[in-house]
Amino acid sequence: MEGIIDFFREPWTFEFMQRGLLAAAIVSAVAAIVGSLVILKGMAFIGDALPHASFGGVAVAFALGESLYIGGGIAALLTALAIGFISRRGVIRNDTAIGIIFVGAFALGILIVSRQDNYTGDLFSFVFGNVLAVSWNDVWLTAAVAAFVVLIVLLFYKELLFNAFDPTMAQASGIPVAWIEYGLLVLLALVTVIAMQTVGIVLVVALLVTPAATAQLLTRRLSTMMLVGAAIGVTSSVVGLYVAWYADVSASAAIVLTATAAFIAAFLFAPARGAVWRGGARDA
Amino acid sequence: MSERADGPTTWALDISDVSAGYDGHKALEGVTFRIEPGCLAGLVGPNGAGKSTLIKIVLGMLKPWSGEVSIFGRAGKPRPGSVSYTPQVDLVDWQFPVTVSDVVLMGRYGGLGVVRRPGVRDREIAASALERVRLTAMADRQIGELSGGERRRALIARALTQQGDLMLLDEPFAGLDAAAQHDLISLFQSLVTEGKTLFIATHDLSCVDEDFDHAVLLNKHVIAFGRPADVFTTESLNEAYDRHLMVVRSGQSTYIGL
Repeated sequence: MEGIIDFFREPWTFEFMQRGLLAAAIVSAVAAIVGSLVILKGMAFIGDALPHASFGGVAVAFALGESLYIGGGIAALLTALAIGFISRRGVIRNDTAIGIIFVGAFALGILIVSRQDNYTGDLFSFVFGNVLAVSWNDVWLTAAVAAFVVLIVLLFYKELLFNAFDPTMAQASGIPVAWIEYGLLVLLALVTVIAMQTVGIVLVVALLVTPAATAQLLTRRLSTMMLVGAAIGVTSSVVGLYVAWYADVSASAAIVLTATAAFIAAFLFAPARGAVWRGGARDA
Repeated sequence: MSERADGPTTWALDISDVSAGYDGHKALEGVTFRIEPGCLAGLVGPNGAGKSTLIKIVLGMLKPWSGEVSIFGRAGKPRPGSVSYTPQVDLVDWQFPVTVSDVVLMGRYGGLGVVRRPGVRDREIAASALERVRLTAMADRQIGELSGGERRRALIARALTQQGDLMLLDEPFAGLDAAAQHDLISLFQSLVTEGKTLFIATHDLSCVDEDFDHAVLLNKHVIAFGRPADVFTTESLNEAYDRHLMVVRSGQSTYIGL
């Protein structure tokens, strides 16, 4: 019995694991909340593009010796606004515009890094994530940004919901849909910045999309989808960190794969909507 | 200012010499017609006739290049939300996680202003709109669990919570079977007896001909407007549809089709 308790307690006797858990839990909760809106609006590709584009800013900040967060944040914001601007003009397809901009910014990052002679380990922790290397400062910054994002979602919940569900009617009702669209992109940029350190650029989209998509299979209202998604994200962080500790594997990959497993389970077995029950009904 | 004192009543909708379009491309030219209050009016015309453009103008989502729109005597750019509106069903994501009562409550959002939440009174209005379209029992269902006819009624309930006297409905009959369509028309007729004015864009000319009070036949300009029987002449229909329509009248019924 004590063995079991020790098994569960051991990882958290180390402070870097406590910090890692806090950062991962905060990030995955807020990513699921914003991610719910992202998947409902079909913006998953933008959710992948912003983290990649922010790498350009991270690299510029690294070369200049400035804060990598601020560099990544500025790049993510600029990319978000550029995508919003171009897609509202309607000259080229939205996803084409996204593809052009984010790969350009990412390539800029690679170009700059290729000229750096000094140690680039910090940069690679942004690409692949290094949740166990976060400092207390990182944790507080993450918590502050996450609190701000949640506050904005709470304040503008009504507008975000209406615009995601029925933008035509929202606009006809006098809701400022253009501002809501840009605002959502800015929220996405903020989540990107705090998620980069935790799971890394290439896996941010998983935190945005996977827990939210799992929650959509289990709920029938946006507000509960956000809460259930956040709970799945937090649970995946805890389970993922255990897996990382005992199997000695990458924490970010373990967190993401735990979330993926949760999605597969919900996809197969969600009440009424699971593939297993639906498959049976179709055969009958 | 308002020199149009010739009518016995204020018109529910008075469109006068409106031209409009997008990116220099003209979609409407010199459109003029009026709809009197308390009637069921249809907006018909082929694809690309400018119906959507006209709807956007009446909703205040698009500014006409020239001409004037006046709704119940109130001229100028229509106030957003002053006209109750139901968009085409295929513009709505039916898998979205919202319940039927959430959707109906959205009709109140525009009038609340940014950040403010719907209150008890808004919920009462939404509940009575749901009752009006006989969907109270479905209030807590996810919106996609409703049948085709029920979905239309949910969107109409949402439009009712906007409490506009003019209701603009975009293709409410598309994809409905005959029974659901008749059900919807009797709902429309009872709304009209309660004082609403309904202006409905539709492809179903036979239905407008049989059950509506007024029709506007549009193809970039107004080809005819007035009582359906006067509007749907072979001559006018041929002009609007470029001779692609067939009109068969037999007794009380009219069949108009491709």
